[in-house]
Amino acid sequence: MTDIQYVAPRTLDEAVAAFAATKGAGRILAGGTDLLVQMRNGVVTPSAIVDVKKIAEMIAIEETKEGGFKIGAAVPGATLRDHAKLRKAWPGVVEAANLIGSTQIQSRATAGGNLCNGSPAGDSVPAMIAAGAIVTIQGPKGRRELPVEKVPKSPGRLNLEPGEIVVSFTLPPRPKGSSDAYLRMIPRTEMDIAVVGCGVSLTLDNGTCTAARVGLGAIAPTVLLVEDAAKALIGSKLDDAALAKAAAACSAACRPIDDKRGTIVYRTKVAGVLLKRTTLIAAERAGGK
Amino acid sequence: MAKLHVSTTINGEPQEFLCDAEQSMLDILRGPLGLTGSKEGCGTGDCGACTITVNGRIACSCLMLAAEAEGQQIGTIEGMAGEELHPLQQKFLEMAALQCGICTPGVLMAAKALLERNPDPSEHDVRFWLAGNLCRCTGYDKIVRAVMETAADMRGAAR
Repeated sequence: MTDIQYVAPRTLDEAVAAFAATKGAGRILAGGTDLLVQMRNGVVTPSAIVDVKKIAEMIAIEETKEGGFKIGAAVPGATLRDHAKLRKAWPGVVEAANLIGSTQIQSRATAGGNLCNGSPAGDSVPAMIAAGAIVTIQGPKGRRELPVEKVPKSPGRLNLEPGEIVVSFTLPPRPKGSSDAYLRMIPRTEMDIAVVGCGVSLTLDNGTCTAARVGLGAIAPTVLLVEDAAKALIGSKLDDAALAKAAAACSAACRPIDDKRGTIVYRTKVAGVLLKRTTLIAAERAGGK
Repeated sequence: MAKLHVSTTINGEPQEFLCDAEQSMLDILRGPLGLTGSKEGCGTGDCGACTITVNGRIACSCLMLAAEAEGQQIGTIEGMAGEELHPLQQKFLEMAALQCGICTPGVLMAAKALLERNPDPSEHDVRFWLAGNLCRCTGYDKIVRAVMETAADMRGAAR
């Protein structure tokens, strides 16, 4: 016998009401791959668990009328991977979500959960930032939108009001010659936490970069949008000089910690290296190089 | 709190049970339902010994609340063999692809899901797909070889 409540509402309004009623003591359950571990370790003892996987909007992948995609926050990585059109338009977002954990974890772990867990090392977050994803949030005061990079506040903390739920990610339409990529540095091949993660999304026109966004993870208290790196790429042919300038901008943006996975010096250096490699993969996918 | 009443389907059969909110699917499988084939290795989703299928996708039953099974199709290792062993089970016996056996139900569940999606996996495919199933005995080579051979046999049988 326990005092924990479990509810699985079918509408967002019910979910928001149930979550808000817990006054911060409840937890949202999407894939559960973080929450259940935290509960088991005694880090979190929620008063209520609000399972959002029965809410249609949160488990759907839709094409928007503008030509982009809207991804429900509770869609697992495996479902993203199986969506051929999404994979073609946003291979970097899909590969980032599918670097998280094993096949078993990918069946459950969601981009919404990855964002809301608030880890600076979340793999899907730099890719979503690079993609320019807009997050739809619903709470007791209604619905609002926030660029994804504005959601994390500090490790484990978010810029969300009490009772607010992350509902979906909206990815913009893709101009011709666009693609994206995500790379992370880990000391082994699979199943580890990023020492540095880098997402790059870009558009090429006749080999010239006309648009770019760069997201960097595990190098600061939150995942960062690195605008100076994007500026260095835009207008260039992604030549060595432009890549070196963008890499330097990434290293300059780093405010990492020393820990067992990597030192400050190492992370700062690798951030630049990953920027170059990730950019070239995105460019090749965009058909430019 | 009153217990939660859950109606689900396990290995094709309707099943009902009562659970507490924080009980895992693995707790209910191994406890009240007596389906002890799924093992608890780590309890944190790292080892894969508790692998089940949920609507056809493999998942760690230790990282799923039992309450989430409501209305879902659950598959466990107990549903793998029919009148005869599944070809993967038979091959694991023939090729000694197990030693202590704790990881084996999870490995078999994951391997079966792989072969259903991809009847002709490369060794690389098998190793990546099974990366979430830890085995401390075999060193994995025998497991990977058994999965590859089963796939080849099943492709031959399908011809």
